[in-house]
Amino acid sequence: MAHEHSTDYLHHGKGLWSWLTTLDHKRIGLMYMIAILTFFFFGGIFALLIRLELMHPGTQFMSPTVYNQVMTLHGTMMVFMVIIPGIPAFLGNFVLPIHLGAKDVAFPRLNLFSWYIFIAGALIAASAVVFGGVDTGWTFYTPYSIQTYKGTVFMVLGAFVMGFSSILTGLNFIVTVHKLRAPGMTMNRVPLFIWSIYSTAIIQVLATPVLAITLLLLVMERTLGIGFFDASLGGDPVLFQHFFWFYSHPAVYIMILPAMGIISELVVTFSRKVVFGYTAIAYSSIGIAAVSFLVWGHHMFVSGQSEFAGKIFSFITMLVGVPTAIKMFNWVSTMYKGSIRMDSPMLFAVGFMFLFAIGGVTGIFLATLSIDVHLHDTYFVVAHFHYVMVGGTLMALMGGIYYWFPKMFGKMFNETLARITFALIFLGFNITFFPQFIAGVQGMPRRYQDYIPEYEWLNRISTIGSWLIGAGFLLVLYVLIQGLRKGKPAGPNPWGAKTLEWTIPSPPPHENFTTTPVVSGGPYEYR
Amino acid sequence: MSTVSSGHTHAHHFESSQHEHKAGIHGVWLFLVTEILMFSGLFVAYAIFKGVYPEVFHEGHRYLDWRLGALNTVILLFSSLTMALSIHYIRVNKPKAAMINLLITIACGLGFMIVKYIEYNAKFHHGLYPGHFFTAHEHIEHKNLALFFSLYFCMTGLHGIHVLTGMGLIGWVAIRLKKGEFGPHHYTAVEGVGLFWHLVDLIWIYLFPLLYLVS
Repeated sequence: MAHEHSTDYLHHGKGLWSWLTTLDHKRIGLMYMIAILTFFFFGGIFALLIRLELMHPGTQFMSPTVYNQVMTLHGTMMVFMVIIPGIPAFLGNFVLPIHLGAKDVAFPRLNLFSWYIFIAGALIAASAVVFGGVDTGWTFYTPYSIQTYKGTVFMVLGAFVMGFSSILTGLNFIVTVHKLRAPGMTMNRVPLFIWSIYSTAIIQVLATPVLAITLLLLVMERTLGIGFFDASLGGDPVLFQHFFWFYSHPAVYIMILPAMGIISELVVTFSRKVVFGYTAIAYSSIGIAAVSFLVWGHHMFVSGQSEFAGKIFSFITMLVGVPTAIKMFNWVSTMYKGSIRMDSPMLFAVGFMFLFAIGGVTGIFLATLSIDVHLHDTYFVVAHFHYVMVGGTLMALMGGIYYWFPKMFGKMFNETLARITFALIFLGFNITFFPQFIAGVQGMPRRYQDYIPEYEWLNRISTIGSWLIGAGFLLVLYVLIQGLRKGKPAGPNPWGAKTLEWTIPSPPPHENFTTTPVVSGGPYEYR
Repeated sequence: MSTVSSGHTHAHHFESSQHEHKAGIHGVWLFLVTEILMFSGLFVAYAIFKGVYPEVFHEGHRYLDWRLGALNTVILLFSSLTMALSIHYIRVNKPKAAMINLLITIACGLGFMIVKYIEYNAKFHHGLYPGHFFTAHEHIEHKNLALFFSLYFCMTGLHGIHVLTGMGLIGWVAIRLKKGEFGPHHYTAVEGVGLFWHLVDLIWIYLFPLLYLVS
């Protein structure tokens, strides 16, 4: 046993089989990383194809039928296979137990099982392509989803199965946070990343089962014709929208809350300063999670729901702005008079704040009932949620990958190239999506393969921007592979950070801590 | 649920087997919350359609035999008792008595499913299929009666799948009990499965009046 303690987790057990059967949360985290980056690659290719088709009006190389399918694949892959599991299942798995001073998550076997469920769900979803494809968009709205290609059933079943992976991961994390904190690690001493992952886990556990039953009913609707969502049998198609968004709006916060957690870590570490308003940031995560369950109707302002309900949903939606702004102001206050180092992770953190502010404020536009009636289903909405999901979540994910890469592999990457990836992604992102705000306000509807010539110049700019993003992410891949192969040794704490994972060697030993740490202070003890 | 250790030791990331037991039960409770939320979608659909078509529900329940429903309620309630007793007997170190109670619980689950089979068969015989496949159009008063049977089959069907899952899980802990893996201080899996079984019972206690006694 003494020998096993001394080896790092990457070399504890050899061969592919030792990975596929591992119970180590760090290895499972990396297995999620490989899966998610693969899906991200395909989802990204689809995105580039969509932009290329939209560069000019009329058909370039994709017929409307093919376009609808590619757009649906892009949406479903990016949502269910990349952004939802992205931060919690990958970085959360790797970091959360170490942040708590634990040796593993509470249920390691369940953790590995969750990964297999995820892969199984992804394969079922991918098989939709073979069975005729899907062209519903990622929302699977009835009645269209009941009538169109048979592949829809497989995509929906895949999302259903992946949902269980999400539920079980959330469950695992909640129990881990409650039961496995090191001695002295009170809830007011856990890093802010933990608070955000914990809030996310609550949503995963409480909202995802509703998605499960919704998707199951959709499958039943198609196979047995149960009629819940079919007006000819007495059902109601709008009921599907209610069910769907009751999950999928909270799911938006499954996507963004973990990102906010990463930003909290990055801002503190690279400002070399005690976090401003720890309690406010921590509880605002819980606040966002709580409010997230009460706002689903804002996706349905034009669905025919009652005007009164619309007003209530509009008001509650604006409340989300409060805890979100609390976080923003606290991050900025943390940076104020700090010793800021603009290393690549911090660049992504600052980029996040910039883009997320735009994404958040345009969200308030859309929450405003009267304005939404005009902007609903236009490119304004597309730009808004890409600013939040790409500008927010993916920027944070990138920052997190650069931040924890030295811990994962014990090696540094090329910092100069990493900064160039930031410049490419950040610029490319704004060039791609800012014109879409303008196109949206001018009335360009989303989801169509064709448009009138008046929108061409905006779309052309947008497509050129997408190439910059694509180049940026390809360069990221190069930076990471080069770092893996030729990177200099990182040492235990290359960033001068204060949380527990930086007190142990890089890469960490199999059991994380040779002796259980005893915690006697807050997570960010800078002077 | 995932009880990591076998035998009487605890997994490396826990301080003690008691610590591990508490974490395991915490996880099971969270899982039960997700189960309730999954069923809640069906209960919401029930509430909405009952609000829109109360007369359909009134007509629909007349096609269900409340005596068979009541029989199944009694069977499941009794099985909850035997499940609880088996945990009790493990705690006082009487594995044989525990085993008998586990087997009775499985038998009750089987009895429940047989009654369900008889009921389903009767429905199918009269063409009372869910939604689209409904064929008993000549005799009925309200045209959306199919919707009631969609709800009936979805709710009792999903519940039936849970009964079968529960029986499988009880069989699994029974095998582990036979191998001597449980003792007075080590019975997390049995307790977790027991909690699951009680939830399955509880959901039926709601389904029975909502479907059979509504009028």
